[in-house]
Amino acid sequence: MSKHLGHHEPFVRMAKRDTIGRGKAALIRAAAVLGALVTGALIILALGHNPVQVYKEMVLGSLGTRTVLLETIRIAIPLLITSLAISLAFKMRFWNIGAEGQILVGAMASSYFALFQYQNIPRIPLLLIMFFVAIVSGGLYGLLPAIFKAKWNTNETLFTLMLNYIALAFLQYLQNGPWKDPMQKGFPKIAMFNSAAKLPKVFNVHIGWIIALVLMVVVAVYLSKTKQGYEIAVVGESRNTAKYAGMHVGKIIMRTMFLSGALAGLVGCLQCAGADYTITDTTAGGVGFTAITVAWLSKLNPYVMLIVAFAIAVLERGANKIQTAFKIPASAAEVLVGIILFFMLGCEFFINYKLIFRGRKEEI
Amino acid sequence: MENTAEHAICIRNVTKTFGPVCANDKVCLDVSRGEILALLGENGSGKTTLMNMLSGIYYPDSGHIFVNGEEVIIRSPKDAYDLGIGMIHQHFKLVDVLTAAENIVLGLPGSVHINRRALCREISEISHKYGFDIDPNKKIYNMSVSEKQTVEIIKVLYRGAKTLILDEPTAVLTPQETEKLFAVLRNMKADGKAIIIITHKLAEVLAISDRVTILRKGCLIDTVETKNATMQSLTEAMVGRSISLAIKREMPDNAKARLDVKELTCTNHDGVKVLENVSFTLRAGEILGIAGIAGSGQKELCEAIAGLYPIADGEVLFINKTTGEKDNLAHKTPTEIIELGVSMAFVPEDRLGMGLVASMDMVDNVMLKSYRSNKGPLLDRKAPKALAESLIKKLDIITPGTSTPVARLSGGNVQKVLLGREIAGAPSVLLVAYPVRGLDINSSYTIYDLLNEQKRKDVAVLFIGEDLDVLLELCDRILVLCGGKVSGLVDARGITKEEIGLMMMHIDDEFKQREGEVGA
Repeated sequence: MSKHLGHHEPFVRMAKRDTIGRGKAALIRAAAVLGALVTGALIILALGHNPVQVYKEMVLGSLGTRTVLLETIRIAIPLLITSLAISLAFKMRFWNIGAEGQILVGAMASSYFALFQYQNIPRIPLLLIMFFVAIVSGGLYGLLPAIFKAKWNTNETLFTLMLNYIALAFLQYLQNGPWKDPMQKGFPKIAMFNSAAKLPKVFNVHIGWIIALVLMVVVAVYLSKTKQGYEIAVVGESRNTAKYAGMHVGKIIMRTMFLSGALAGLVGCLQCAGADYTITDTTAGGVGFTAITVAWLSKLNPYVMLIVAFAIAVLERGANKIQTAFKIPASAAEVLVGIILFFMLGCEFFINYKLIFRGRKEEI
Repeated sequence: MENTAEHAICIRNVTKTFGPVCANDKVCLDVSRGEILALLGENGSGKTTLMNMLSGIYYPDSGHIFVNGEEVIIRSPKDAYDLGIGMIHQHFKLVDVLTAAENIVLGLPGSVHINRRALCREISEISHKYGFDIDPNKKIYNMSVSEKQTVEIIKVLYRGAKTLILDEPTAVLTPQETEKLFAVLRNMKADGKAIIIITHKLAEVLAISDRVTILRKGCLIDTVETKNATMQSLTEAMVGRSISLAIKREMPDNAKARLDVKELTCTNHDGVKVLENVSFTLRAGEILGIAGIAGSGQKELCEAIAGLYPIADGEVLFINKTTGEKDNLAHKTPTEIIELGVSMAFVPEDRLGMGLVASMDMVDNVMLKSYRSNKGPLLDRKAPKALAESLIKKLDIITPGTSTPVARLSGGNVQKVLLGREIAGAPSVLLVAYPVRGLDINSSYTIYDLLNEQKRKDVAVLFIGEDLDVLLELCDRILVLCGGKVSGLVDARGITKEEIGLMMMHIDDEFKQREGEVGA
């Protein structure tokens, strides 16, 4: 009866690894980077360029001179703070993919004061008010899906995603209507901020970098050393356990999402008042989504986020540079970034699992 | 290979590892046609892993499997079916909204149209042949656990299985249902089927099997003829040394009422009553056992008392030890119950999903209920760390250290962490749900000792168990639940397993009379 069964073991099987050595994990990650570079090189070759030159230009274009380095740091700041914001929610397994919207809401709230109240308030109070309203409005925008989650257990992924579009559409309405700059002669654009509403600079970069570094430490301490951070971790692991331990799960969800949204809202203020000096529908510019990648690649560790956020800023800046230097289309440059991220995320599989091929006992 | 042809199944030197754990180390096993082989071993000894390789769920790292003397490669459950091997899993794999007959043919090749009449006839034939009692047109969701198991067995037989593997088939059955199952197994044996039954209940091994294969920590220890084995010899082989199987039980003295549950009624999401007019008194210094078929309301009862399950009606009165005042705990949250000054400990059924946080270490788990107690926004990990270290010493918890995630510990050690934490709060009421499920014999006896120690400390212990032998030996009184209602409250010192079994099945007419005698 077993005649039709060939005497073959399966061609390839997966097996979960036990704990993997640090060295070996680092080796796998290094191999992933190498794999990404080689794959990217093939694409660059197909486009008719020299991969070595293109890669060299990417590095020089993002780190080579003081000017480009500052530019890279400017990209990394919102990315880092937004990743911190997201990690609060993600630690609770609350999938906040609405950071983009929360950034925009924070940006709109602070822009109102920057655009229309700058004559009435002295500079320092103005900036403080802008921070304050950005934090509160972003927090409330983050609280909204949390209330629905806590009361009616709605799906936060869809909810936060949809809120992004609402925020964006409202900003476009302001841009085309009430806030349209009359000086632009009909072009739908919002005016530049008065210099009173611009953030001061320290070492030639707006003070957001100091805020980002402070927040990194604060979030790290909050998550690992405080009671509230502990509650977030317990709720994230099991809501049943949290209830069993006497925690008020709904309250924790709402409180944490307020904080998550508040940090994202702060990013909105920093972008407007520190980097762009105005608000446009590209103020958030996908930071809310890229930050998810950053948070995930750093395994929600705030200190690792600093490194990852900077690395992604280097990639983005480098991709920009090769567009201009080699006339490589923007989409192709993005493909390169995508490939690197794909390999980095994909290599986690090989860190957790090993493959066993037919007839062999060793592992990859 | 020696005489592999005589056997229906021959396993030779099969090894399977999961990461650092060697689940099976060069295990050999044979079973012949017309034979019942018991596969005995403690939890984690590799019984289920071995059988999963036979049924195509896992693939062995090395070793050989022979069916009717011919070497085979089993890559999937379908391969196993084709070879006439069928496994009845511990957790049933049935579609609730379909009938028995539909579940039986589900997944088989054939035309889109099902000839129901012919199908029912075939099922009836199988039922008649082996002594099953089943209605092919009954929906699964209307079935008892025992009926569902019957469907699983017929499903396997319908697919032409000549070798049947049953994974802990009696774990969910009453004594009467177990007897019925054994009768069926004997009929199958007479018909020439080869049967492997996985179990860790020694009495059943002795009652049903022809031979016993014993595994310990993934290694084959021995295969013996059942007629030459005794309870004691099997335990020794299974555990590795001789241990006493008696649980000591002291007479509770001067037991005062501690918890008064009055006409407790709870309904689930669908509005179905999961508990109905449940009344009993839990006394300090006694262990009150709760018996019942799985899903008779045991879990809900515990959670309702602990403030985790909504109460529709009734009262849970806590009687203060010193003042004698009564506090109604019904409709209160766990936090409110703690604030009342009621120290209640609860060891839930779902240890890693409710009692503990699986990914956290011992320190973070030990402070789960007490983390609020120090002032300020920061956590104090010093006291919990000291408690974790003292628990490791006192309860012999085997762990690499206090910073290892509890999910990495074995079942027995996980339970010790949980029970240790709950006892450390010096409770006056202790609720434990299935505390020894999945634990080896040694750990089980440690847990029984801990419960007895609490009893001596005048704690009121509510013990939900599934092994009637243990309930009868450990508890002072036993409350029997059936379909969410109390069907008996009896003294554990003068009742048999069969009597409890009857009460688990239906409301006993004499219940009221007996309650009058014992409850006084």
